[in-house]
Amino acid sequence: MVDSARLSLHVPEPAVRPGGQPDFSNVKIAKAGSVPRPEVDVASEDIRDLAYSIIRVLNRDGEAVGPWAGSLSDEALLTGLRDMMKLRAFDARMLMAQRQGKTSFYMQHLGEEAVSCAFRKALEKGDMNFPTYRQAGLLIADDYPMVEMMNQIYSNESDPLRGRQLPIMYSSKEHGFFTISGNLATQYVQAVGWAMASAIKNDSRIAAAWIGDGSTAESDFHSALVFASTYKAPVILNIVNNQWAISTFQGIARGGSGTFAARGLGFGIPALRVDGNDYLAVHAVARWAAERARRNLGPTLIEYVTYRVGAHSTSDDPSAYRPKTESEAWPLGDPVLRLKKHLIVKGAWSEERHVQAEAEIMDEVIEAQRQAEAHGTLHAGGRPSVRDIFEGVYAEMPPHIRRQRQKAGY
Amino acid sequence: MARMTMIEAVRSAMDVSMARDDNVVVFGEDVGYFGGVFRSTQGLQAKYGRTRCFDTPISESGIVGTAIGMAAYGLKPCVEIQFADYMYPAYDQLTQEAARIRYRSNGDFTCPIVVRMPTGGGIFGGQTHSQSPEALFTHVCGLKVIVPSNPYDAKGLLIAAIEDPDPVMFLEPKRLYNGPFDGHHERPVTPWSKHDLGEVPDGHYTIPIGKAEVRRAGSAVTVVAYGTMVHVALAAAEDAGIDAEVIDLRSLLPLDLDTIVKSVSKTGRCVVVHEATLTSGFGAEVAALVQEHCFYHLEAPVVRVAGWDTPYPHAQEWDYFPGPGRVGRALAEVMEA
Repeated sequence: MVDSARLSLHVPEPAVRPGGQPDFSNVKIAKAGSVPRPEVDVASEDIRDLAYSIIRVLNRDGEAVGPWAGSLSDEALLTGLRDMMKLRAFDARMLMAQRQGKTSFYMQHLGEEAVSCAFRKALEKGDMNFPTYRQAGLLIADDYPMVEMMNQIYSNESDPLRGRQLPIMYSSKEHGFFTISGNLATQYVQAVGWAMASAIKNDSRIAAAWIGDGSTAESDFHSALVFASTYKAPVILNIVNNQWAISTFQGIARGGSGTFAARGLGFGIPALRVDGNDYLAVHAVARWAAERARRNLGPTLIEYVTYRVGAHSTSDDPSAYRPKTESEAWPLGDPVLRLKKHLIVKGAWSEERHVQAEAEIMDEVIEAQRQAEAHGTLHAGGRPSVRDIFEGVYAEMPPHIRRQRQKAGY
Repeated sequence: MARMTMIEAVRSAMDVSMARDDNVVVFGEDVGYFGGVFRSTQGLQAKYGRTRCFDTPISESGIVGTAIGMAAYGLKPCVEIQFADYMYPAYDQLTQEAARIRYRSNGDFTCPIVVRMPTGGGIFGGQTHSQSPEALFTHVCGLKVIVPSNPYDAKGLLIAAIEDPDPVMFLEPKRLYNGPFDGHHERPVTPWSKHDLGEVPDGHYTIPIGKAEVRRAGSAVTVVAYGTMVHVALAAAEDAGIDAEVIDLRSLLPLDLDTIVKSVSKTGRCVVVHEATLTSGFGAEVAALVQEHCFYHLEAPVVRVAGWDTPYPHAQEWDYFPGPGRVGRALAEVMEA
């Protein structure tokens, strides 16, 4: 007979709750430049360490160091800075618009701008992203018109989605941005399917799947990994670990051991962790994974270690579950400030130009907002036709929907 | 023209479609090398190669999810869920994703997939190999739902489904794979080779989705059925000697309301028959529509004959499955009213 105590259930808890002192001492951060850069045809078992470390390029002095540095020119970095600043300004205005009652809902990217903005620059035209709700940087960095994004957020008469989708659930085939689902993880496996199709057709285009740390608990995450691994699909499997799934800390989905990146190892998928607040590191790793995919070497899993500075959405109150100062304590800093510092250190940028750029960008965003609001907001001005409710459920409207449309008077 | 079983007709539909369009791909559990547990994909991998017909991991959500992604790319996936009972892990992908992608993206992305699944009972499959989940799909706007009752329809409808620009659920009554079962389990099954509808063209043809077929003309009562129950209804009308008009719906969504209304307006009586459990089954939708559109023609209340509101039993299968006896009693009931 085994002599044992009564069992008890372990429920993980974050180190600190509101009122406590923020503590990130458990986040092991590799020194910038210290993680090796393997060849893209490396075997996953030879780079297991990369699933536990963090690839970083920018050091504390704003210098780009190590083997992952050098993937971008100064001009490209300035564009990257501008993209991130634009996303941040866009967020600020749309958050305010929601507070003013001009739309129902908004989700901001504060602190996570580098992930989607830098990633987009590693893709080619024709590649396809299957994003979640916090990757608008993919559109911004691809010069998708902000007015169109705002029209979607306002569900106004010019909304490209005719008022059918929640704000920020954009769709643009042309810009490689698959229509967003509110159901979590469903699109992770769809991205794998898209990539498999590209391989079936001997195409050169690749796909990118996106998921948050919390949603890795969904079964579709595991379906996606098994399909990607089995068929060596040309897909980049992105996990944005921003520490929080609404109010639930990342330890709940992850459990007490390993990292999210390490989940790829059991599937034989090369897995890397990267500093998500380091524009240069994100770009370098994304480009590495894209090259692997394009050379038919199969999927790569990337965990972006970052921090969700803002609330989950405009319906959330983070002060109820985490210390108010926690974001300031985040050890990987602010992605905009870090890239700005790097460009200043390089002599390609200055404080004055930054202030000037901030003002220019805000003017640009405000002008876009003015144009969008001329087409209406959720509760005022032009809105999509009621007839649009009935259109587009099927390619051809079946009789029962036609009868309902007529009954509704349209 | 050849005599085909429903399995052969289904296989022929995929064969014809794959030959005509390089974008048609077929995959699912065991469908590749082996040709499927019912052999409905047998020979397709050998003929079209491993990248157009292949086996998948046991992950229904993965099968449908990857199919959706492939469709977004521009392929036309025709996937198999090994039994309809196994589609539940894929339900999220079907209902929240496949069904909505055209609508929510305003046509920017579409989802032309076909999800085939053997459905229904009558083969001693027990609770997890006998279900008829069609009502779970007909409640979802954006899907199309087809249940063929014979090889000729199965081939024409499956080709139409593969060519359709929207997601189609294709439910194959497994009791009909080899012959037109009439519900008399003590009688030997007549093979399709002795049935008119087993005569199937070798090449390409389609049957329009959304059109019902009158299988037996009559004036006394309308029996609305689909899949296996079409044959049960025909046997019941024969056995009871009632002048019943039997409508084979073929497509449940979209539904051919005009054919139902025309028939019931003529007969004044209606019996709806399906294998799936009674409560909130598709028969409820038909009964409601008949009431809405034919109320002043009705001589009797609409009666439903369906599976009981229990899980599908194994040993008592023949007491669960609606047979000609139960349908006959329902016909007598509405005739007496």
